[in-house]
Amino acid sequence: MDLKLKIWRQANQNSKGELKDYAIKNVSADSSFLEMMDQLNEELIDKGDDPVVFDHDCREGICGMCSLHINGEPHGPENATTTCQLHMRKFKDGDTIFIEPWRARAFPVIKDLSVDRGAFDRIIEAGGYVNVNTSGNTLDANAIPVPKADADEAFNAATCIGCGACVAACPNASAMLFVSAKVSQLALLPQGKVEAKDRVLHMVNQMDLEGFGNCSNVGACAEECPKEISLENIARMNREYLGASLTSTK
Amino acid sequence: MSLTGLFLISFLIVHLLGNLQLLDLSVEGQEKFNAYAKFMTTFPLIKIVSYLLYFSILFHAVDGIYLAMQNRKARPERYRSWKPNRNSIWASRNMGLLGTIILVFIVLHMSQFWYVMHWGEIGTDSQGNKNLAAVVIKTYQDGSAGMIMVLLYVLSMAAIAFHLWHGFASAFQTFGLNHKRYTPAIKKLGYAFSVIVPLLYAIIPVFILMAKN
Repeated sequence: MDLKLKIWRQANQNSKGELKDYAIKNVSADSSFLEMMDQLNEELIDKGDDPVVFDHDCREGICGMCSLHINGEPHGPENATTTCQLHMRKFKDGDTIFIEPWRARAFPVIKDLSVDRGAFDRIIEAGGYVNVNTSGNTLDANAIPVPKADADEAFNAATCIGCGACVAACPNASAMLFVSAKVSQLALLPQGKVEAKDRVLHMVNQMDLEGFGNCSNVGACAEECPKEISLENIARMNREYLGASLTSTK
Repeated sequence: MSLTGLFLISFLIVHLLGNLQLLDLSVEGQEKFNAYAKFMTTFPLIKIVSYLLYFSILFHAVDGIYLAMQNRKARPERYRSWKPNRNSIWASRNMGLLGTIILVFIVLHMSQFWYVMHWGEIGTDSQGNKNLAAVVIKTYQDGSAGMIMVLLYVLSMAAIAFHLWHGFASAFQTFGLNHKRYTPAIKKLGYAFSVIVPLLYAIIPVFILMAKN
């Protein structure tokens, strides 16, 4: 299939970017979206042009590295699918495809389609962990009983790959779905209870410091999430935050 | 936003129940309404609640503007291609626009009735109460100006309907009230509320205008 591409090109964080037109021919319908991008880049390199920078790693839909705002939606038109798992058969011969980076103040563009998602790392550092005794008498995690329903809920939250599609989809560029998934996966388990209050307060504080927008319960994040993280997590985080800010002694 | 929003939702119910009395346009009906208006403007407990209400409206508006400005700053560069209808409803993304329309309506509405009731020139009925019913009837029956007022009222109720369509359930979510069993019920209740309540409000001025002929 032959396609017209409108790709965001931006030299670095401080320069002004713009959409540039590209034509690509003979794309296999069986190739993935990123393989189509590889094909374009090979053609650009052959011509001596600057290849398009985009993020990618595992290409199996589990690492959270790939991004791309495709035709007005994060990770493209397919539901519950990362860009690397999106296939060209979802497009038609002759289609024009817009390809843009995640757009948020907290995700500055590094180059072209690649953005710096370090803000997510700093949110995790602020409290998205549990302290575990590793001094020789480590307790087997399985020795602590966890109700099946709680374990399932925690696991569902933990499937968040931190790609940032929630921020990209949100009209407010809010990171609440990501942060709430990371709060929930620990808040639901006995191991996470000890630091629960500090965790939610610190992570939300860091989220605000990074310059993400506010949650107005639009729900676009959950619709676009490739791992189908649900809005229940945001409600859980709101509960945790309300409780912690009313009862925290610090 | 959600705390004041829920309070304003409760106000909508009380205000509607009081004003549905205007559907009785007989002299006795109007006098009943005037007596009710006197009670609502003089009873001390209602007075306290009314100050809470003014505060809630202002806080809800100011906080909304502040949050909207923060949200705008959070995405300095807009998307060139953006298909939000594929992942969310229009009302949820335009609460600020809808809220502005509602605020303009509240200013108009309060200048027409609330201000006149407190400080304006207003006659009295046979019971000696301020004749607010006559002011209301005149506002919506007064030739083409009355027709415009009815139209503005109905359009504002449509804005409130869309605002509530998203806002009702959203207020519960903000408080962390999300439950597999109750949330679908809250959403359905919210949709019903957002259609029925503004519709009943809109019937009042339309009924008054129709009653002219």
